[in-house]
Amino acid sequence: MPEQMADTPPNRAASTVDEKQFALEQERFQRGVRMATPFISVAIAVLVGSLVILASGKDPVAAFSAMFFGAFGGARQIGETLLRATPLVFTGLAVAYGFRSGLFNIGAEGQLFLGGLAAAFMGVALGGLSWMLSVPLILLSAMIAGAAWAFIPALMKAKLGAHEVITTMMFTYIGRYLVSWIVTGPFKAEGAIPQSPMIPASSQLPRISDVFTFIQPNRAHFGILIGVVAAIVVWWILKYTVLGYEARAVGFNPTAAETGGISVAATTIKSLCISGALAGLAGATEVMGVHYRLFDQFSSGFGFTGIAVALLAKNNPLGVVAAAILFGSLSAGAGTMQLEAGVSQKVISIIQGTIIFLVGAETIVSWAVSRVRRARGGADV
Amino acid sequence: MSADPQAACELPPNVGQDRPPILELRNVSKRFPGVLANDDVSASVAPGEVLALLGENGAGKSTLMNVAYGLLSASAGEIVVDGNSVQIRAPRDAIRLGIGMVHQHFMLVEPLTVTENIVLGMEPTNSWGLIDRAVARKRVVEISAKYGLKVDPDSRVMDLSVGMQQRVEILKALYRDARILILDEPTAVLTPQEVHELFQIVRELVSQGLAVVIITHKLDEVMAFADRILVMRAGRVVGETTPEECSEQSLARMMVGRDVVLKIDKGPAKIGEVVLDVSDLVVLDDRKLPALKGVSFAVHGGEVLGIAGVSGNGQRELVEAITGLRRPSGGTVSLKGRDITHDDARRTIAAGVSHVPEDRHRRGLVLEFDLVENVALGDQRREPFSKHGILNRSALDTEARARIKDYDVRTPNEHVAASNLSGGNQQKLVLARELGRNPELLVASQPTRGLDVGAIEFVHRRIIAERDSGKAVLLVSMELEEVMSLSDRILVMYEGRVVAEFEGGQVTEEELGLFMTGGGRTPTEPSRASEEDTGA
Repeated sequence: MPEQMADTPPNRAASTVDEKQFALEQERFQRGVRMATPFISVAIAVLVGSLVILASGKDPVAAFSAMFFGAFGGARQIGETLLRATPLVFTGLAVAYGFRSGLFNIGAEGQLFLGGLAAAFMGVALGGLSWMLSVPLILLSAMIAGAAWAFIPALMKAKLGAHEVITTMMFTYIGRYLVSWIVTGPFKAEGAIPQSPMIPASSQLPRISDVFTFIQPNRAHFGILIGVVAAIVVWWILKYTVLGYEARAVGFNPTAAETGGISVAATTIKSLCISGALAGLAGATEVMGVHYRLFDQFSSGFGFTGIAVALLAKNNPLGVVAAAILFGSLSAGAGTMQLEAGVSQKVISIIQGTIIFLVGAETIVSWAVSRVRRARGGADV
Repeated sequence: MSADPQAACELPPNVGQDRPPILELRNVSKRFPGVLANDDVSASVAPGEVLALLGENGAGKSTLMNVAYGLLSASAGEIVVDGNSVQIRAPRDAIRLGIGMVHQHFMLVEPLTVTENIVLGMEPTNSWGLIDRAVARKRVVEISAKYGLKVDPDSRVMDLSVGMQQRVEILKALYRDARILILDEPTAVLTPQEVHELFQIVRELVSQGLAVVIITHKLDEVMAFADRILVMRAGRVVGETTPEECSEQSLARMMVGRDVVLKIDKGPAKIGEVVLDVSDLVVLDDRKLPALKGVSFAVHGGEVLGIAGVSGNGQRELVEAITGLRRPSGGTVSLKGRDITHDDARRTIAAGVSHVPEDRHRRGLVLEFDLVENVALGDQRREPFSKHGILNRSALDTEARARIKDYDVRTPNEHVAASNLSGGNQQKLVLARELGRNPELLVASQPTRGLDVGAIEFVHRRIIAERDSGKAVLLVSMELEEVMSLSDRILVMYEGRVVAEFEGGQVTEEELGLFMTGGGRTPTEPSRASEEDTGA
């Protein structure tokens, strides 16, 4: 105990000016660390990646410029980056919303599968409708499906105290294999490949360049815009609604929330369901904007990458969009990097891993910063 | 004020020290980011002397002693032990130099025995390299006999009272050959009887040549047993004196830097109707054992009802049951005639019950929230704070600013995190929220715990103001002085029951202390044995 307390500043009750000054400086310091951590983490991660490239005898500058070109070099490349960022925006939001209410929804992947399933099924079923009706209905049903998949773990958490990390993870397996079975059996399209029938055009999310033809053709679809809207809505919910206020109160301090008359159990259920609904949207946009059908490998772990996105964004909904685009660009640029600079795509995993490690270890950053400040402060006494 | 308030108390340094100091801190400064916690502080203590380090919270006394004990490193200054300049980088250096420290929160391993705790880390071993329990026990018995610290070496620490646990902590230091003993707020958790015993122990220690440093903010204790008093304020030593040279009033003035009302002035109570009626309340604790075994009382408007008792005798469960945080298993709670026994916290708040919880960090505040969001807590679903589930941020900001001003919360603005306020200001923020909603009943649990004199004065005045405006106040406190000075009536709780009731001002601390520890029963009352629950 004393060792841990060792360097925390004591409460100050000195003069008013001093007290206010102290609060202000603390506030600025904490905000600074919070804002700086993601950027510092990314910078260090790029550095680590460079060292690895250097160690393998390749030129890091060439590698990163190839990667940058592959991600942002033109409309086609930017489109690819946005395409890959789209599901990460939703899963990132899902995980971030969970974190803000003190829940670790590690099972966004499972909720994503259920959302994809609902989207494929409704997409086919609503075939005759105009897209103006069918697209919102499909998105809504995917949200309901994702929320439903999170509801059972949420209930188990609220009523029995079963930890959501275990239960949502287990539900991910159930969800994935459920989809595997459905696309090989009850909802299988004609032919040998285990996949669902294709959804009709009225159920698809069109490519942005198909609608706005002045943009050079690329694969980015309207899902990314829905994602940006979702991020703004989540930000608004957290800041301007009682729902979000109570979620954050429970996330920070359930005991104080309870004392303030907030039902921790009800808030837990609501938050995990909202998280699941957002993950469900990730599945829906993949089905509606990329594959136009469902098959059992339609997600390459977007639910799990969403955890990294949320961490990098420090659970800020608008930050999630930026972090998702960063991760999307890494994934989009990796191929070009391998092709042109001869550096293995696996370097991307190293960079991603380093980012997550450093962001997760925010205390390291704040410790380093305060260390520097203290050294300075100590010197001028 | 025309005369310098400190002049009367100030004496040349080192007065009363006829022996050379064993521990000296010379010109110590300690800087934290943004704060100078110790500013060029010098202090010394000699063998056979009790030095009291007196000051408000945040005055820098604990920081100074943590520097001496190696928990913090000084930004500047020198530590001298036995006339030699020393480097103390960690507690183990301090221990080697004969410095021992007993913290406010004990560092004991509860399931282990007293002996095991004392020798932990310095166990005597036999030739096989195993712990020699017989030698360990013998050493412990020897030390405890030498200093008159009676404690059973074989009982488990978890079975001991707080006062006994503190003895174990002192023995731990003595076992490590401490010659300088630092006690950090040693009386905060003790009953009056235990405080008395502690002071006898301290006297015995100094008579055998130890030097004792006591960190405290309690004036009466300093007056009672310190040989020398060092008063700190805002990181500096502002005075050095002896009890003979000073009064409580002058010490308080030095500590706070202005005149302080030590005894709250309150007029006679204007007792109104019954606001809170608790009848035959039975409540289980977390382990499902009865913590309240049938408690009945009423609190009237215009009255402060104080609950005295040693911590852990059902007070927490009582407060939680009234505030809707714990479901009673029997009996009723009603507010102005309305049954609220089974209401949850939200409905209890809405019914007009405000709650200042004993632990403001855990229960009172969401430390990560800014002041605005903390002010909203509990009222977030009510207009004008929100409508149809949407927060009205500008109404919230306005209300928060008004309350911050009303309750004198010292903050740069209303958008800093509550964690960045000092303890006193955090508690003012809790009061701003709980009293600002204009409740029928205020349940205040340990409302001044850990606060400095100035903030205590503020909280007390606000509580009395509630009472004077006709509200009912239920005050639960371990501080007898607080209960006695604020309450119009006092109930004493012991083992889940109300064992005595007094009119305010008609009981002494000693009487209360006796009831609090299970004594003082009149023969007409039922004996405890017949009622003891067998489920325990």
